[in-house]
Amino acid sequence: MPAASPSAQRPAPPATLGAAFRKGMVDSAPFLLVVGPFAVLFGVVATEAGLDLAQTMGFSVLVIAGAAQLTALQLMTENAPVIVILASALAVNLRMAMYSASLAPWIGAAPLWQRALAAYLLVDQSYAVSLANFEAEPRWSLPQRMALFLGTVALIAPVWYACTLAGALLGRGVPDALALDFAVPITFISLIAPGLRTLAHVAAAVVAVILGLVLAGLPYNLGLPLAALAAMATGAEVERRGLARPIRAEGAA
Amino acid sequence: MSGWSDAAVWAIIAALALGTWLIRFSFLGLIGGRRLPPWVLRHLRYTPVAVIPALIAPLVVWPQATGGETDPARLVAALAALAVGFGLRSVLGAIGAGMGTLYLLNAVF
Repeated sequence: MPAASPSAQRPAPPATLGAAFRKGMVDSAPFLLVVGPFAVLFGVVATEAGLDLAQTMGFSVLVIAGAAQLTALQLMTENAPVIVILASALAVNLRMAMYSASLAPWIGAAPLWQRALAAYLLVDQSYAVSLANFEAEPRWSLPQRMALFLGTVALIAPVWYACTLAGALLGRGVPDALALDFAVPITFISLIAPGLRTLAHVAAAVVAVILGLVLAGLPYNLGLPLAALAAMATGAEVERRGLARPIRAEGAA
Repeated sequence: MSGWSDAAVWAIIAALALGTWLIRFSFLGLIGGRRLPPWVLRHLRYTPVAVIPALIAPLVVWPQATGGETDPARLVAALAALAVGFGLRSVLGAIGAGMGTLYLLNAVF
């Protein structure tokens, strides 16, 4: 999550929608370094798991949520029940309800079709970049905000689709020596570890790991939802007791 | 995909797509901009950090590539990714450290 901009001097609101759109594009560009490889990984892993090209692309174009896609794929290879697959993958996406609630005051007055489109394109990166800009430029008009939001996904969404396609075409051509089987856990660890900001996050993760291992033998992959529920409650309870302080000073100090 | 008919795979994709869109649309779709109660927010904040570690911990300890046998190289690689991700707050650095450690250990042993 980007911290408040350190620069004291803020530029004036952009005069045109095009400028707002470009600001969104430029601010989101660095995230391509993560989004591109992540999409390639999904394309390769999905193809190796036996999905055809249309199904692999269907995931990335229709769902457009990498962590949930990989979660569903992993559980499908484990032959988990459909209800466990859907519940687990959608639980990974529940954080987006929080994004939706936090963007509503800024773009909630837009026409219904624009909100429906924005919902489809609401990913971690578009949320983070948009909110940072909205808060920095509270005087922007609604069309300017929507233009910026669309700018944040103008590169990320096409790159997400294209890199999934590249990964799917690469598919089984990836040599075993690259140990891509383990790239999935490594990528997940790498996405979660930087977010372990508070004692509550760490407590939730530790409970999730321990129960995930202890309950791994349960039938129908029921260990995963049970472990996740317990971990979620742990994080919330630690926070409720006021113990969710940052583990260390952020940046300054 | 083994064990899944094409229709079943597409049904999962469709359900996941619809469910994800509804989650994203939830508050943007509401008229009047209702706010989430604090206790709900408190739980939502911890969903990724609750689901993902529970999903991958067994994959790290009992990797599929080794047929479920614990592999020291993969354990060390996972810890390297965790340490770099936590310490440097860098996603790319963590991926590089994890896969780099695995390649190095696989090359040496």
